[in-house]
Amino acid sequence: MANYSTNEFKGGLKVMLDGDPCAIVENEFVKPGKGQAFNRVKLRNLMTGRVWERTFKSGESLESADVMDLDMEYLYTDGDMWHFMKTDGSFEQYAVEKKALGDSGKWLKEQVVYTVTLWNDNAISVSPPNFIELEVVETDPGLKGDTAQGGSKPATLSSGAVVRVPLFINQGEVLKIDTRSGEYVSRA
Amino acid sequence: MTDWQPTASLDSLRRRAVLMQRVRGFFVERGLLEVETPCLGHGGSTDVHLASLSCRAVTPAGSETLWLQTSPEFHMKRLLAAGSGPIFQIARSFRDGEVGRRHNIEFSMLEWYRPGWSLDALVEETQALIREVLPFDPGPTRKRRYRELFGEVLDIDPFEVDIASLRRLAGERGGLDMAESPRDECLDLLMSLAIEPELGRDGIDVVLDYPASQAALARRHQDPHDGAWVASRFEVYVNGLELANGYDELTDVGEQRARFADDNRARREAGLVEVDVDERLLAALDAGMPEGSGVALGLDRLIQLALGKSRLEEVIAFPTPRC
Repeated sequence: MANYSTNEFKGGLKVMLDGDPCAIVENEFVKPGKGQAFNRVKLRNLMTGRVWERTFKSGESLESADVMDLDMEYLYTDGDMWHFMKTDGSFEQYAVEKKALGDSGKWLKEQVVYTVTLWNDNAISVSPPNFIELEVVETDPGLKGDTAQGGSKPATLSSGAVVRVPLFINQGEVLKIDTRSGEYVSRA
Repeated sequence: MTDWQPTASLDSLRRRAVLMQRVRGFFVERGLLEVETPCLGHGGSTDVHLASLSCRAVTPAGSETLWLQTSPEFHMKRLLAAGSGPIFQIARSFRDGEVGRRHNIEFSMLEWYRPGWSLDALVEETQALIREVLPFDPGPTRKRRYRELFGEVLDIDPFEVDIASLRRLAGERGGLDMAESPRDECLDLLMSLAIEPELGRDGIDVVLDYPASQAALARRHQDPHDGAWVASRFEVYVNGLELANGYDELTDVGEQRARFADDNRARREAGLVEVDVDERLLAALDAGMPEGSGVALGLDRLIQLALGKSRLEEVIAFPTPRC
């Protein structure tokens, strides 16, 4: 496996740290006026999502992590695992554990394409598209004249997510949602 | 492709131009001669912690290796030896690998020399220049001794602490393995991570009396306070940003030659390329360079500070990633 030295560090680079695959978020070169240089590096642990800050001596190196982001379509769940299929025409399928699915579980919809991160060919995380269209399966009819709640009400979507929607939205409508903020954007 | 555009706004570039004029005015008024010296040299900086860029060039002597200068120091010292008197320069300088919020591989170094001046007098002039350029009052100028700073911030004596304790402290602070690190590397780490961020808050901090092992091209002297050997140099900090580095200049050719040789020995041991020693500088010192003080100031950083920007690239038209 290749090694990356600190002078090859850059945002997005995938490296191994303490046994976990990590993505470099930021690499800051620090140096006292006349001395040894160091690199202050922020890394996102791809297994946990947590951001670590570490200092390296300039010239130190880290092993590269065999991590790939692939486009995959969501197929179905059997209750234990969630199944995705590559969109490159190979029809190759990957089963994803609940832990790796994480928060993306509430934005799942069949035939939608997600980014699945593989480490040594195992799925370790799933990211939904920034915007997704989902159907309202349950919401109260809006009470006319009730603006005390800022003109919004909770609605349960087909994926299980609950989002705040305007009062005029009815059950059965399809909405565009921003998955990064979990906010209603518009009617689809 | 949109990265053809400058990273600094045109407004910032206009304000930068005004500040550059003010810097030049400051020195011309004080009777310094503005000079221009080459970016390329047959010798380069041997400093173990600086990575020089080099290139092949065809000259009347044939195909030779030339070094992009990490600062205009060597050429300017040759002018001093030739009898130039006080000189200043805004020189494009190059340091490989140095890219970040406060670094760019090529940058503008403001460097000036004061033959016959003491380090104290130059500290005074350096802080006056900084005040001339900043559009706000940075607060009082404070002289801080290296040894006392480590005592205040970390509760250790950097000159006396045993290496095992120093390595442990550096390792804890940095979250990395320093078990094999030499003394100065531990001190540098602690300086970068623990002390620098505390410097230049509501004032201009001038750090003095560095360990003798960190003298670079400065003289060494015995500290009158405690008798410890220290380097006769200073660094200036504002807002946690290191702005300037000044020396009571080494003029002894034998000592200079020995330091170059030590540097290249350390480079060999560390597996780094050796840098050609600047023989013309040594010849100039041998002929006699007047005693005095000199200082190098990161002009881009000073402008960054003056314009209230958080990243160097906001005051540089095209930083290295876009060059």
